[in-house]
Amino acid sequence: MVTRTQRRSILAVGAGGLALSLALAGCTAGGSESEDGSVSLSYLVDNGEATVATAQALADAFMSENPDITVEVETRPQGADGDNLIKTRLATGEMNDLFSYNSGSLMQALNPDETLVDLSDEEWVASLNDNFVRAVSTDSGLYGVPMGQSMAGAVIYNKDVYAELGLEIPTTWDDFIANSEAIKAAGAAAPIVQTYDDTWTSQLFVLGDFNNVTAASPDWAEQYTNNEVSYSEEPAFAGFEHLQEVFDKSLMNEDFASATYADGVTMVATGEGAQYPILTFAAQQLMTTNPEAADVVGTFPLPGPDAATNGLTVWMPNGVYIPNSVEGDKLEAAKQFAAFLATPESCEIQAESNAPQGPFVIEGCDLPDDVPAMISDMQPYFDEGKTNLALEFLSPIKGPALEQITVAVGSGITTAAEGAAQYDEDVVKQAQQLGLEGW
Amino acid sequence: MTTATAPGRTSSPPGSPGRPTEAKRKRRPMKSPYPTWFFIPAGAFYVVLFLIPTVASFYFSLTRWTLFDVEFIGIDNFVRFFQEPQLVQGFVNTFIYAFLTSGTKVVLGLVLGVFLSSQIIGRGFLRSVVFFPVLVSVIGVGILFEVLLDPFDGPVNGVLAAVGIEGPGWLTDPSLALFSVAMVDVWSGVGLATLIYIAGMVAIPQEYFEASKVDGASAWNTFRHVTLPLLRPATVTVVLLSLIGGLRRFDLIWTMTGGGPGFSSDVLASVVYKQYQAGFFGLSTAGNVVLFVVVAAIIFPLSWWLNRKEDDR
Repeated sequence: MVTRTQRRSILAVGAGGLALSLALAGCTAGGSESEDGSVSLSYLVDNGEATVATAQALADAFMSENPDITVEVETRPQGADGDNLIKTRLATGEMNDLFSYNSGSLMQALNPDETLVDLSDEEWVASLNDNFVRAVSTDSGLYGVPMGQSMAGAVIYNKDVYAELGLEIPTTWDDFIANSEAIKAAGAAAPIVQTYDDTWTSQLFVLGDFNNVTAASPDWAEQYTNNEVSYSEEPAFAGFEHLQEVFDKSLMNEDFASATYADGVTMVATGEGAQYPILTFAAQQLMTTNPEAADVVGTFPLPGPDAATNGLTVWMPNGVYIPNSVEGDKLEAAKQFAAFLATPESCEIQAESNAPQGPFVIEGCDLPDDVPAMISDMQPYFDEGKTNLALEFLSPIKGPALEQITVAVGSGITTAAEGAAQYDEDVVKQAQQLGLEGW
Repeated sequence: MTTATAPGRTSSPPGSPGRPTEAKRKRRPMKSPYPTWFFIPAGAFYVVLFLIPTVASFYFSLTRWTLFDVEFIGIDNFVRFFQEPQLVQGFVNTFIYAFLTSGTKVVLGLVLGVFLSSQIIGRGFLRSVVFFPVLVSVIGVGILFEVLLDPFDGPVNGVLAAVGIEGPGWLTDPSLALFSVAMVDVWSGVGLATLIYIAGMVAIPQEYFEASKVDGASAWNTFRHVTLPLLRPATVTVVLLSLIGGLRRFDLIWTMTGGGPGFSSDVLASVVYKQYQAGFFGLSTAGNVVLFVVVAAIIFPLSWWLNRKEDDR
């Protein structure tokens, strides 16, 4: 066994090597503190155009209210590169004063109890939605303030196609298939759009089905974390079965293997495709490429076996976190900025600078009236409480190869049973990495 | 410190065409004309930039490493790595890919090399055309061919459709994807093989060809008994270089298919990369060690065998 100090120095060498390579790549971290009592904060966000615009608008509004605090927006790459950059900076204590990052299982992977500032004593915590609180908390603290809106993993559909064929929103899987067969028979539109060039989009049949899993077995997520249930068994297996069924009945667009996410959204907007299981952040894509279709594209939940429990699977927004390397005046200023983010004023700025993707999770924040139909269609489910969190906010385990596995099942390369078994094998690595009991 | 200059096997690139027997012969009691401290700057660079990372990666392959925490877990990572469901396919794909691209490059490179070293019109131009793809970034080549080979909007299938053939999904058909990428690899890499063969051709003294002409050998006989044997050093170089390249290939495969569809074009390097992406740093380092060992286990014996044959003659 290696002693603690040895481990430290080994870590430092390893992390230092990574930090060096990042530094060579031209990244620098940190802000500066001047002598006249003014504080400068650096705020790290991903380099998505929409994200940067929103972050800058928020920083500007905050600075005009707090003239002695400057907030500088810095960007990082998206995806796995960004994840690793954040982990490296946190591990070396070089993190910016504030950073925006996923909530749920990805936040848990940051080791928050040791790397982030606990915000559970802040006043604004009381105004947060319970689901969000769960998504940014561990047993010993709450670490994030919401940035953006919640969203759903659901089916977006073309209302014109539905109206023309006289179809109704399906509440069971059988209805959904019946609708799809009818659309196929009519011949004008691809019944179900799939876009496997962007592999992540293939996971929605499995991940978006989680509301139905919870409906059938309320403690499923906890049992899953304890290695007591698996994707090879019902109810969770249904997601893989659906994927295979859609392929077997050839209900997909002809070019499913080479189409991209952007293609998919456009297909639904133009009526070339009828239904597309996807996250509702697709509203942003829709408003960028096909704003004329804002009222044409609607949303309904991914249906399961039981119409009575039909509801939305919900994803929580990103959180903004403060690393525990921030101290003194800077920490006070960073907490001030976090408090500002939790106000209705901040929600308004966010909704103005970017098409919303779903309801806010802060009390007192409402969506503007002119949101796309895709988003307003979600509201009734929220109002009636017909929503459930996605698995990644209830369990820290998510296998990295799910998207390749769902592509393989959805393209008929492997069967649903093989795919589910592969995924069960895949999550073992993640669970072991996290050091969970019973794996 | 003089003894430290002995070749560090672990860090020299696998398959570098060294001659171990010769090195041993020369090394005996050679007295260096330089004082020992003269080697310190270079030695320090070598230790910091090569030796420490190599040793560190062997250490980290035995740990569960999340960047926040390191836990020593023995050979669990290797056990885990070999349980990867995709690994068998990854291995098979790696070998198919490496041997296919290497073999094709040898044959095509030889043909083009002989052709482009003969007296033909526009030789310089044709040579540069063949060599051009080598100069283009691999990522660029990958993206270009991803567009060209698109099953619905791509020009390749467009041309095929014009002559009445329905083109396949080059990169989306699981049984074809790996071969499509291999063909693009050959296209982009054959220029280098050709260059090596041209250099080999130029190095053959003209007397041999004149002699065979005097003896009345046909063009085929000249090629078979003069050109081919004398091009052997070039062939050995092309085989080793392209085989190492093929076994480690990652960039082209990743840009064109991402290992997909599903896992059908995954190779060892892409399996390792995906584990790194997922944050399994210890596990992926173990995968890298495996890749290193596999490449070394193939290239060292092969290199020794090919070069020994040459010495024997």
